[in-house]
This record gives sequence, structure tokens and C-alpha cells, in this order.
Amino acid sequence: MLIDALFLQLGYNATLVAIGAALLGAASGITGTFLFLRKRALVSDAVSHATLPGVCVAFLVLVALGGDGRNLAGLLIGSAVSAGIGLWCMNWLTRNTRLAEDAAIGAVLSVFFGFGVVLLTVIQTLGVGRQAGLEGFLLGSTAGMLYSDALVIAAGGAAVLFLILLTRRPMTMVAFDPEYAAARGLPVDKVDMLMMGLVMAVTVVGLKVVGLILIVALLIIPPVTARFWTERADQVVILAGVLGAVAAYLGAAISASAPNLPTGPIIVLMSFALFALSLLVAPNRGVLAAVLRHQKFQRRVHIRQGLLALAQDQTIYEPLTLRLLSKRGLVRADGVATKAGRARAAKALRDEHRWDILRRDQAQEAAAALYDGLREIETVLTPDQIAEIDRKISTPKEAC
Amino acid sequence: MGSEFVTLSLTPLLIGIFAAVACALPGNFLLLRKQALIGDAISHVALPGIVVAFLLTGAISTWPMMLGAAGAAVVAVVMIEGIRRLGRIEPGAAMGVVFTTLFAAGVLLLEQSDTSSVHLDVEHALYGNLESLIWLDGTGWGSLLDPEALAYLPVELPRMAATLVVVAGFIALFWRPLKISTFDEGFARTMGMRTDLLGLALVITAAIAAVAAFDAVGSIIVIAMFICPPAAARMMTNRLEVQIAWSVVFATLSAIIGYVFAGYGPIWIGMGDAVSAAGMIATVSGLILAITALVGPCRARAGAPSGV
Repeated sequence: MLIDALFLQLGYNATLVAIGAALLGAASGITGTFLFLRKRALVSDAVSHATLPGVCVAFLVLVALGGDGRNLAGLLIGSAVSAGIGLWCMNWLTRNTRLAEDAAIGAVLSVFFGFGVVLLTVIQTLGVGRQAGLEGFLLGSTAGMLYSDALVIAAGGAAVLFLILLTRRPMTMVAFDPEYAAARGLPVDKVDMLMMGLVMAVTVVGLKVVGLILIVALLIIPPVTARFWTERADQVVILAGVLGAVAAYLGAAISASAPNLPTGPIIVLMSFALFALSLLVAPNRGVLAAVLRHQKFQRRVHIRQGLLALAQDQTIYEPLTLRLLSKRGLVRADGVATKAGRARAAKALRDEHRWDILRRDQAQEAAAALYDGLREIETVLTPDQIAEIDRKISTPKEAC
Repeated sequence: MGSEFVTLSLTPLLIGIFAAVACALPGNFLLLRKQALIGDAISHVALPGIVVAFLLTGAISTWPMMLGAAGAAVVAVVMIEGIRRLGRIEPGAAMGVVFTTLFAAGVLLLEQSDTSSVHLDVEHALYGNLESLIWLDGTGWGSLLDPEALAYLPVELPRMAATLVVVAGFIALFWRPLKISTFDEGFARTMGMRTDLLGLALVITAAIAAVAAFDAVGSIIVIAMFICPPAAARMMTNRLEVQIAWSVVFATLSAIIGYVFAGYGPIWIGMGDAVSAAGMIATVSGLILAITALVGPCRARAGAPSGV
């Protein structure tokens, strides 16, 4: 069943949903990356909640005009307008009052959402149309997705991607370093506004599939996940798009494969699964990599300290140190140094003296700053410089 | 007004006020500490907690659900901290990852489990059911003195009142350290205060208020009351004591006006039924914030450079 779903064999509607979701996932992952790099990820939360009153007003207007209240394009236009108003309120609060951005986000999201709920109950009591469709915007409902709905989603996603392709350079620059971007003459305010507009577009397009509460996840989780794998902005953008698409596609397929698996939540959980996996195994920034790095560092410290102890004829009691040294054939089982061990120990002690001299030399401050008790001195100095230091070591000894 | 008011409106109104004030009090500190969205996160993650509690006990009973929600809040805080530190991710994004995931898990659990027999659904969790908390035995003002009728008060009322006492007590007890650590954490630390523990205690207090209010009135009021009344109060004054007083006033006003508008407003403009009280209370708190943001005496950011 799941295999069928993954290969789009579950019928027309499931196929439509899976493709639409994948497009949406890609668009939101890519858009969200700029937001995340700009450190404004939670702005999307305010935007998405602010869509609700617009959906309701659009529904009321459509019904009042005698049309079908569930016309997706109409509802999406309404949601875009109210999200835009919410965004404007948020920017106004942050700019013109003493409120910080997080408070402005919270205020906008709760008030707009509250007002939307009031309108929802108004629609319920009016008893017009089939308002059941509106509740679907909270958590998304893909069950009754029409071809025209899918077309709206696909067109919206494609438009967002195209706009990003055109404006990726200024957006990246603003996301990374707004001051520098301003100094380069970029209109930071306008780029910010564009960024927010794109977030708004993605949110609006995603309302139908994952709902307004969970669209935030598609904007935040894929970029955070992608950030684990690379340090380059352009790669983060592409990776976030791919991760978003994969999560959305898998989620849509899984949700189609069995009953009672709502699409939106499954997509979010798939994204989180990818995130958790990345958190663990990503090279460099992942937890596993950090643990390995720490262990490697620990081993180096133990070996170094063990060698220094050997050189000064001290007995080593630390079992880990002994184990590490004997595994490398530097000490025998009873803790006495082997020949190789004595040679390495003497070298370690000599290096330590060399570092001592180096760190007392004002002229070598830059090199001395690299001292951390582990670094091989050969990686810092040339053989000539080392020879010079060695002369300094031996001279005082001959004097006394 | 008389007896009908006592039966239908008195208890929801009081519960609404208590919930609003209980959330607004810790909200003041969260706002000043730039942790305003904690309330948002907590109220999202309460859903999976409540669903898990329901699945474990098989019944809608209060204490398991409160414990479940509180447990979920703690899990969320731990997850946010863990992801923030392990993944070196900025706190906002870490919060976004955690609360959306937990909320999605809650919705999924809800859909998967057979909750059709009981009143537990996402809409209920969002809107609450303030209007239904009526006091059938309160037949008039005299019932307030009648122990038999008082025994049938909706349980949410004493619970919300107790929560308010706990929250207010916490803030009164730790007033000085809270105030100092909120404004100057470094100074508080040099004075030997455990600012990390204090911060955690504040978040837990907020979670208690959120979970209790969530149970009674739904998550919209919780999020709105954590932020809007304190934010509006912030526009009125530069002194913390005065700010808290204003926030209590604003929270109470929002609850009363919102409830009255929701109940009677549609009738005034000639429509049939009442609208969502929770949504209306949130809307009114937003209007209050809008007014103070336009005319409040201390609305401008004094002394600080723009963009801070």
C-alpha cells in the first residue's frame, strides 16, 4: 500500500496531493531558508495565523455575492490580504513602539487568530454554505482536493520559486548581514518586505494542504535541517528545498496509504524525522560528529599527558591513558615505557620546552597563541626556527 | 440581569477574568525577558499532552489531563533547550521546530484514537468552551450564599481561582529577584541569585497558568493574554509595578468586554446567536493594545537606537 502510494499508484486524488505537496514543500523550504538565516523564523507563525480572518471574510463576501463560498482562489486572495495586514501591523508595532519583535509576533498571531475564530462562529451561526471546508484550513484537508486547487497550488509554488531565483543574491546578502547589505546600497527594507511577501505567498498556498497551524513547520524545519549539512548559503537553500519536497512527498504518500492519517501532521512529522536524523548524524555539526570529535580530542590529551609523564619518570595511574599508550605500543602492560615510547616521550618533553621558549618570545606572539598543549610544534614553525629554539634550550644548560 | 445573569454569565465571566489575569501576570516578565512566545509554544504543546493523558486513562478527567499538558510543556522546554544547544540553532527556530512537531503529533494521535465518544477535538482545544461553563444551580444572587448550590459550581472556577492565587503568590514571593534578574541578569548573578533556576521557575509558573487556562478557555485566550495586556501596559508606564497593575486592568477589561460583546453583540446588531467568547476576548485585547500603541504615554522606544 505504502509502496503504491510512493509510486503514485493510489489513484488520481492521491497523486494530485503528493505532487502538490512536494511542490509546496520545495517552495516553503527555500523561502524559509532566508527567513531562518535572517533569524526571523517565527515571523511565519504570525503570518500564518493572520490568514484566518481573511479566509472567513472572503467566504462571507463570496456568499454575499451569491457565489460558492469555497472557491479556493477567492479564499486564498482573502487570506493573503489579511496576512498582509497582519504583517504590516507586526512591522508597525516593532518599528514605532517599544515592543520587541517576539511580542509583536505574539500579539498579531493571537489577535488575528482570535478574530478569525469569531468570524468562524459567525459563519457557523449564519448557517450559509458548507462551512465545513473552512475548518479544513486550520489543519489542512487534502481529501477533497480538486484539479483546479492543485493547479492553484502548483502555480503559486512555481511563482514563488521563480521570484526567489530572480532575487536570490540580494536576499542572501540581507539575510546574512543587513548592515553590510545596506552599506552596499541595497534597499534592505524592500528586500525584507519581499522576503515577507514570499513567506506570505507560501503560507497562503499551503493553507489547503497542511493548514495554517502547521505551515510554519514547513517554513522552519527544512532550513534548520539543511543548515546541519553545509556552511554555504546557496547549498542550504537548495538542500532545504529538496528536504522540504521529500518530506512533503513522503508525508502525502504515507497519509494516502492508510485511513486516519491526516496529511499535514504526517508531513510535519516526516520533516521532523529528517531533522532528528540530521541532528544526530550530520558531519561537523551533528551530535555524533561532536561526540567523535570530543573522544578524539580526549585521546590526544591522554596520550600527550601520558608521554610527558613517561618522560619525567612518573608512574601513570590513569587506566585510560595506560590503555591508549599500550594499544599504540608505547608502554608495556606493566606501565614501563617501550623503546618507541621512550623516544616519543623524549620528543614530547622536548617539544614542551620548545613551546616554553617560544611563548616567552614577544616576537613570536602569533605563533605562541596557537599553543594548546596538543599542537605539534612542527606545524607552526619551520625547521630553521625550531633549530634556533633548540640552541636557546641548550645554551643555558651548558652555562651551568 | 438578576437571576439569569448568575446562572448563565457569572461563572464564565469570572473564569474568563481569572484566566486572563493568571496569564497576564507572568506574561509581564516573559515580555520584558523577550520570551513572549513561550506562551504560544506551551499552548500548542498542551494538545499532545492532553491527548496522551486521555489515551492512558481512557477518560476525560481533569487531573490526568492537566498533568499530561504540564508534562508536555516540560518535554517541550527540554527539547527546545536540547535542540538549541546540541544543534547550535537560534532559540526562535528551535522553538518553531519543537512546538509544530509536538502539535502535529497531537493532531495525529487524536485522529488515530477513537475519541468520537468524548468531547475532545482540535477545535475545542483552540476555542475552549467558555460559554458552556454555566452554573445551573445558581438561580439568583442568593445562590452565592447557598452551600448546596455552590457545591455545583463548575469545577473550572475554583481551579482557575487557585491557579491565579498560585501565580500571584509566586510573583509576590519572588518579586525582588524576579524584578532584578529581569532587568539586569548579570547584576542579579553577581548578587548571588540563581537566575537560571529563577528563569525556569518563571516558565513553569507560566506553564501552570497556561495549562489551567487552556483547560477552561482554550489556547487562543492563553496566547493573547500572555502578550497583549502586558504589551499594552508597557505602553503606559516605565515602572514595573504600574505596568503589572495596568496589565491586570487590561486583562480584566478584555475578559469582560470580550465576553459581553460575544454574548450580546450579535443580538445588538440584529444577528441570531452568540459568537466565540474566547476569540472575542482575544480580539478585544488586541484592540486595547492597538489603542495604547497609538496613544499610550510611553509607547516610544526611548533612548534605544532603532532596530534594537
